[in-house]
Amino acid sequence: MASVTSAEFKDLSQDERAKRLGMATEQLSGRSMFVEFDPDEASRFTYPWAPDVDFNKRTEIDVGEMSATEANSRIRELMSDGNGTIVIRNPRGKHGLGVGILSRLNLIFEGSLGYFGVGLIDGPNVRINGRVGWSCGENMMSGTVVIEKNAGSTFGAAIRGGDLVCKGSVGSRTGIDMKGGTILVGGDTGALSGFMMQRGRMIVCGNAGKNLGDSMYDGSIYVGGEIRSLGVDAVEAEMDGIEKDWLARKLRLYGLLPERGVGHFTKIVAGKQLWNYDNLEPAEKKLIL
Amino acid sequence: MSGTSYKGSSIEDVDQFLNDAHGLASDREREIGQHIGYRYDVNLVPDYSRLTPFLKEYMEVMGWDDLNWLEDVHMGYEEGNAAVFDRNINSWVRVPESVELPSGQQDRDMIARELLVKFQMSARHPLVALRQAYSKF
Repeated sequence: MASVTSAEFKDLSQDERAKRLGMATEQLSGRSMFVEFDPDEASRFTYPWAPDVDFNKRTEIDVGEMSATEANSRIRELMSDGNGTIVIRNPRGKHGLGVGILSRLNLIFEGSLGYFGVGLIDGPNVRINGRVGWSCGENMMSGTVVIEKNAGSTFGAAIRGGDLVCKGSVGSRTGIDMKGGTILVGGDTGALSGFMMQRGRMIVCGNAGKNLGDSMYDGSIYVGGEIRSLGVDAVEAEMDGIEKDWLARKLRLYGLLPERGVGHFTKIVAGKQLWNYDNLEPAEKKLIL
Repeated sequence: MSGTSYKGSSIEDVDQFLNDAHGLASDREREIGQHIGYRYDVNLVPDYSRLTPFLKEYMEVMGWDDLNWLEDVHMGYEEGNAAVFDRNINSWVRVPESVELPSGQQDRDMIARELLVKFQMSARHPLVALRQAYSKF
């Protein structure tokens, strides 16, 4: 950027200021990027920057006296040393533990986590032998997280992929704004579960609270118990054979398959009434004009 | 195909969005006057009898018993071309015409998953360049 005095800068128009600061002012329209697969791409299973870990190389750390930042940094160091299985002792309900892990890893917490535990992860398999606070697995991309006891509200908020499992019951707004992945709940879920869900699947073996699937845009919710009430635009749908097989297989993976199978589960999807925003537009335009 | 058999949005043919690039065949699309290029069945669950050898190995390396996040990946269609949505770059990635598409959606989805994993893990993925430029740790 060429040097400009404050006095000169004041006299410039907004467009000229942007140009002087090196910012583009072009009007973006249409496609901004074209990408195509290469069918001959090499077979890789992890990101280029991911540490090369061995699941059979196991270590333990006690994080009782560490801050969450120190504990998370220590986990990264251990991964850099090739440790593929890490056991965390004394997590003591700390917030934000085990976040941002972007590669394969077996991570075991011997205790309970606070808020936003194991958020933003992409790949690891996590087991938590305790409870978790709000927003466990928030923005999770892939991997598996299994919680042996109960979880707080907004469990799996904005999750994009992977399996997030709570063997106990969870609070309200489970899977709020979820965009993919599978949330499994062994017990009950609270009010407004699946609120603004856009994609993915939620399986609840117990009961669901008020306004299930409120304003959901897409995705599927399966409930084994009673549904207190459905939210706006949530409707019941039928399950096909592949879907029932998938449901049974998924529940069996985590030891949650009921003895009587999955025949009693109710499937909830979006009624798609909220999809038709465009229908409203012509009327609004007429009013304005 | 589950989940799309209502509101005039049913997908009746696996090639529907290759042959009808504008996706204007349904009553709903005519009504709203705007096509949705990414239309495919996001609620279709994978048929595990159709896994490719690459995907089986991927699951084993990651320590997963199933496709995990790839259950959400399907073959979509962009402007009449087969394409897969890559969430990491928020963009469609086209399947070259040289790749022969199988006749069933389930098999196409498996191809889509394999292509996407290979692309995301490659050094030419845009995320690699972004990471080099902005990574903090």
